[in-house]
Amino acid sequence: MTYAIQAEGLAKRFKETQALAGVDLAAHTGTVLGMLGPNGAGKTTAVRIFATLLQPDEGRAEVAGHDVVREAGAVRAMVGLTGQYAAVDENLTGTENLLLIGRLLGMPRRDSRARAKELLERFHLTEAAGRAVKTFSGGMRRRLDLAASLVGRPRILFLDEPTTGLDPHSRGELWDMLRGLVADGVTALLTTQYLNEADQLADRIVVIDRGRVIAEGTPNELKAQVGGQVLQVRPVNRAELMTAHVLVMEEAGPQTQIEGDSITVPVKDPALMPAVVRRLDGEGIAVGELTLRRSSLDEVFLALTGHRAEPEQPEEPSEADEAAAVAGAPGEGREGAERAVR
Amino acid sequence: MAATTVAAPLSKSGRVHPLAGLQQTFTMAWRSLVAVKHNPLELVDYSITPIMFVFLFTYVLGGQMAGSPEAYLKYALPGIIVQNTLFMTMYTAMALNTDLTKGVFDRLRSLPIARSAPLIGRITADLAKHVWAMLLMIGLGMALGFRITGGLDGLLLGGALVIVFAAAVSWSAVLIGMLAGDAEKVQAFAFTLIFPITFTSSAFVRVETMPGWLQAWSDVNPVSHLSDAFRGLLLGGPVAGPVLWSLAWAAGIAVVFYPLAMRAYRAKA
Repeated sequence: MTYAIQAEGLAKRFKETQALAGVDLAAHTGTVLGMLGPNGAGKTTAVRIFATLLQPDEGRAEVAGHDVVREAGAVRAMVGLTGQYAAVDENLTGTENLLLIGRLLGMPRRDSRARAKELLERFHLTEAAGRAVKTFSGGMRRRLDLAASLVGRPRILFLDEPTTGLDPHSRGELWDMLRGLVADGVTALLTTQYLNEADQLADRIVVIDRGRVIAEGTPNELKAQVGGQVLQVRPVNRAELMTAHVLVMEEAGPQTQIEGDSITVPVKDPALMPAVVRRLDGEGIAVGELTLRRSSLDEVFLALTGHRAEPEQPEEPSEADEAAAVAGAPGEGREGAERAVR
Repeated sequence: MAATTVAAPLSKSGRVHPLAGLQQTFTMAWRSLVAVKHNPLELVDYSITPIMFVFLFTYVLGGQMAGSPEAYLKYALPGIIVQNTLFMTMYTAMALNTDLTKGVFDRLRSLPIARSAPLIGRITADLAKHVWAMLLMIGLGMALGFRITGGLDGLLLGGALVIVFAAAVSWSAVLIGMLAGDAEKVQAFAFTLIFPITFTSSAFVRVETMPGWLQAWSDVNPVSHLSDAFRGLLLGGPVAGPVLWSLAWAAGIAVVFYPLAMRAYRAKA
């Protein structure tokens, strides 16, 4: 068996909505498959089918060689699921939540305890182990949720937007933990809205939109496909915006656009940025900000589909707001901040 | 540590061995009970509220209703217990609804366990809480002057009857818990339903004092039958009629709500 996760022609309809309209995907054993797409793209539906929570209308899906419909029991015995919500019991302690899963899986009491202790240590939750989960922070809950999905040592993990609503620090921690699991040979299907996250963790990425796979490949292949990086230039004096636009266009070509008070252009040639700097300098235009940043998810979508990603509807607005506040930037510019040129 | 892969006793299709299913059900019941330790509010629901009901009915209403608090307590305690038990079934609905909306059921369903274990485990744990509240109220009632003149078998049979009835009503609670959008709606819906049903019965007053049309309803009201049966068993006296009616109602409620509840549970959780 070469594929741990495999689907062919997966389709699912909810009343008016065609959630999945024929999805093919596959993940080799021991790799991470990133599923990238906006809210409502069908990511969660796909994960729920793989985790045996939903049955597909058409097509078939196999996990570790077992059909998710006919051999649901065999699939359940091999997978772990971490959903968009931290599905842990608020009124139990961290330890009790893990004991619950261990006992449900038929582990003897002693083994359940040992496993709970081991996982709490691994996820840096030992100090909070005896506290009710309702006192946990968002990041701690997610870590406990991930730990809960690992109690039975699943060989295949489904992670549905595991970092949505987390601050960058907690997100980084969760990434490290996932890398550790994959190093142990676990196969994972990871859905995310963040290109950066898929880039960091996935061996291959499928981009999904409106229930269809619209692009597929390694992170590098995808980035090449959508133009990779974007150069953003903001003149100090807004009155010079048009002049600067014309100058940049002469260097970079017709894809140059004005967005707000900046000029943006996709970059394929590494020599472009120095050329733009020289040109603007030569014309005496003072540049307030010059940034080279990776394509955002929005730009991936624009490039791949010709339409922008649907507006985000965060399901946990308070936590999402917190995350944005910690990041200190509204979403897109975040990844580019470190690469800003002075 | 060597990888001790868990071999849950189940077939490929997901059928779970009955013994494993039983153990999973007990594990789920344990979960519901151990949660009380970290959630003192639940203790209020299952202990303070019942105690408050007994005190309020006895000392506020007792004098006017029956001449003295003790005299009224003798009539009303079984009814107060029945009412409290029915209210408490709605905690089952709220807890299931919370599991549903918080994604806990998703996690449980992705595990190789019996599909019914989370549901039956919850109901089992909640019935244990019913027994606890009932014992608390009877103990308090006796401290305030209530006497069980029907003997120990009367107490056991009466208690069992109320629990059987509660188990039947639990299936309506399951249905409400599955269909409601959130736990607050469960509460609002449940209380607007249970309040009038319990108060238009013989739980707290003799129905002869009601207007004729209300008496007609009260005579068929299951809460009347259950209260009369429980009262008769605790105090001694003829109880065959009310006991049979109570059992018939319990069976009827279960026959209607069990399939509806299971269908909603399978569709949603």
